[in-house]
Amino acid sequence: MPDPEAIIEIKQVEKIFQVGEVEVRALRGVDLSIAEGSFVAIMGPSGSGKSTMLNILGCLDRPTRGQYYLGGEDVSQMDDDTLSTVRGKRLGFIFQSYNLIAQLTVIENIQVPLIYQGVELKDYEERCQELAALVGLADRLDHRPTQLSGGQQQRVAIARSLVNDPLMILADEPTGNLDSQTEQEVLEIIEKLNADGKTIVMVTHEDAVAARAQRVVHMRDGVIARDVQN
Amino acid sequence: MISSQLLNTIQLGVKSLLLHKLRSGLTMLGIIFGVCSVIAMLAIGEGASYEAQERIKRLGSTNIIINSFKPPEQNQDDTSNNRSFEIQYGLTYDDAGRLQRTIPGVLHVMPMRIIRENIRFGRRQEPGQVIGTLSNYPEIQGLEMARGRFISQTDEKHQRNVCVITAGLAQRLFPYQDPLQSTIRVQAIYYQVIGIVRETGTLEQRPQRSQTDGDPVDNNVYIPLSTARSRFGETLVRRNSGSFSAERVELHRIIVKMRDTDAVIAAEPQIKQLLTRFHDQNDYELIVPLQLLREAEATKRMFNIVLGSIAAISLLVGGIGIMNIMLATVTERTREIGVRRALGAKKKDIITQFLIETIVLSIGGGLIGVVLGIVTPLMVSFFTQMVTVVTPWSVILAFGISGLTGVVFGLYPASQAAKLDPIEALRHE
Ligand SMILES: Nc1ncnc2c1ncn2[C@@H]1O[C@H](COP(=O)(O)OP(=O)(O)OP(=O)(O)O)[C@@H](O)[C@H]1O
Ligand SMILES: [Mg+2]
Repeated sequence: MPDPEAIIEIKQVEKIFQVGEVEVRALRGVDLSIAEGSFVAIMGPSGSGKSTMLNILGCLDRPTRGQYYLGGEDVSQMDDDTLSTVRGKRLGFIFQSYNLIAQLTVIENIQVPLIYQGVELKDYEERCQELAALVGLADRLDHRPTQLSGGQQQRVAIARSLVNDPLMILADEPTGNLDSQTEQEVLEIIEKLNADGKTIVMVTHEDAVAARAQRVVHMRDGVIARDVQN
Repeated sequence: MISSQLLNTIQLGVKSLLLHKLRSGLTMLGIIFGVCSVIAMLAIGEGASYEAQERIKRLGSTNIIINSFKPPEQNQDDTSNNRSFEIQYGLTYDDAGRLQRTIPGVLHVMPMRIIRENIRFGRRQEPGQVIGTLSNYPEIQGLEMARGRFISQTDEKHQRNVCVITAGLAQRLFPYQDPLQSTIRVQAIYYQVIGIVRETGTLEQRPQRSQTDGDPVDNNVYIPLSTARSRFGETLVRRNSGSFSAERVELHRIIVKMRDTDAVIAAEPQIKQLLTRFHDQNDYELIVPLQLLREAEATKRMFNIVLGSIAAISLLVGGIGIMNIMLATVTERTREIGVRRALGAKKKDIITQFLIETIVLSIGGGLIGVVLGIVTPLMVSFFTQMVTVVTPWSVILAFGISGLTGVVFGLYPASQAAKLDPIEALRHE
């Protein structure tokens, strides 16, 4: 039974990739529950299954075995279209390589998740501008991604992840491509979001980054090795 | 709500295409040329056959025209040895009578004599044709009176020296006078002008015995048949560089007007049969405008099929060009597809997005093609004096096919894009 307190609850999740004849067991039975409003960092050596787990949490991938409850709903058996809807309505993503769409301006990039909700973009213009202001890019609305620095692009990505007012934000090494100055700025924004009540799950390599989370989950060889509260 | 989403997608498609202006432009060229060539070629073809068909139609689709013509002179030596100067050939008054009596479905039989002569008024003279015919000729040939009246039955009965002339001749002979009530002279005989007919496209507008080529002449003088018979006789003497020949021809032409087009089809072999019985030499020819019209239409259909195939091939090539580029675009934008999927796009959203891009390409190309396809025939007409007719259906057809090409050739790349796994797509470099 899902824990009503937890926004995320996964039970005995396994993920097996079939590479030709070989089975790669990226996750080997992971149990994890995350409370609403928490800030969780996932750490671990390369190849330990952090991204695989984040993808499953983000409904981008389905577990081979095990259950996944998101906000009390079992998403492990949902079909492709329903997963798309869940991602669009309830989740926000921040990627290591920003992943903005090159032909769109800052404001248009922020609007992308709204397009697939079937809402009138006009009704959200103000909200999008507020979000741009929140990440400090109010004066760059009509710029293209190529005209922005890495840190600025990542801030656009953060604004974009917030536009659909998600239950939770998933970030895979969001500061991996940034220098320490911009890393600090981005982390400050993320901390502020968490302070405002957003649930955040973030994969990172760096202890200093993980230290800013309330809880650090250490992974090794597809299982959770340690789970510590800061 | 759905339409505003669609509008967004279209906007996005245009934006993506504008990102690679040259590439999109080159891709569109295939469709542009395809559509343009379909419309232009059909317009030129239509124009060419339009002229021919109009000319045939003016001959009258319920008419059968029988012309006298000089049989091939295989025994010329014999005739000169026999010292027979006179060659007799062609249609006779008896033929006209027999046609009227025996062919079912005949409305009128119009016997005609056509004599090439100079037409004179005072000092002026014009080469022309004197046509002896009956009072209902205008009705059968669709001739319109400009002024005055046509020859009447009374004129015919009394062999009156009256004539009706064509507007062109009237202008040339009478630049200052009123032609009506004036008299013109042919050979030694004077004829009173009683009417003027509009310039027409009747067979008589062309020089005799060359119905398909030669410049139209509009110097016709219509006189009563009986007058023509008595004034000119049946023997025409021609002097040609010393020697002279005499030809005896009763009627130069008989126009048989049938009840309807079905009767025309039935009558053609009957007329042939009847004439062969009474002519032992091949000295007449049958012209069936209806048949010519059908042949012209069949030729046009063939032409259209050939053009259609060329068009189909060029649009196919254009479509393959689009597909090729779209497949490249999908590969190039794999990352974007992954991002969109992560942000909530369903498979069908991705399909729509890429499909709309191809449709924008093909419809855009189609529109430009339509404009060029309408302008090109105009230019052709302007520079070559050729008649061109842009038919609405060719525009609709070409444009419709271009849109269809976009859908057909866009579907595969779009479905390839939608098939991508979101995570794989996101990992793509
Ligand atoms: N699509 C896939 N096909 C096959 N094997 C995969 C696939 N995705 C991940 N793996 C394997 O699963 C294991 C876990 O990969 P994952 O990307 O989750 O590691 P990670 O912890 O994110 O590593 P890193 O810190 O380098 O990003 C690895 O052994 C990897 O090779
Ligand atoms: Mg990873």
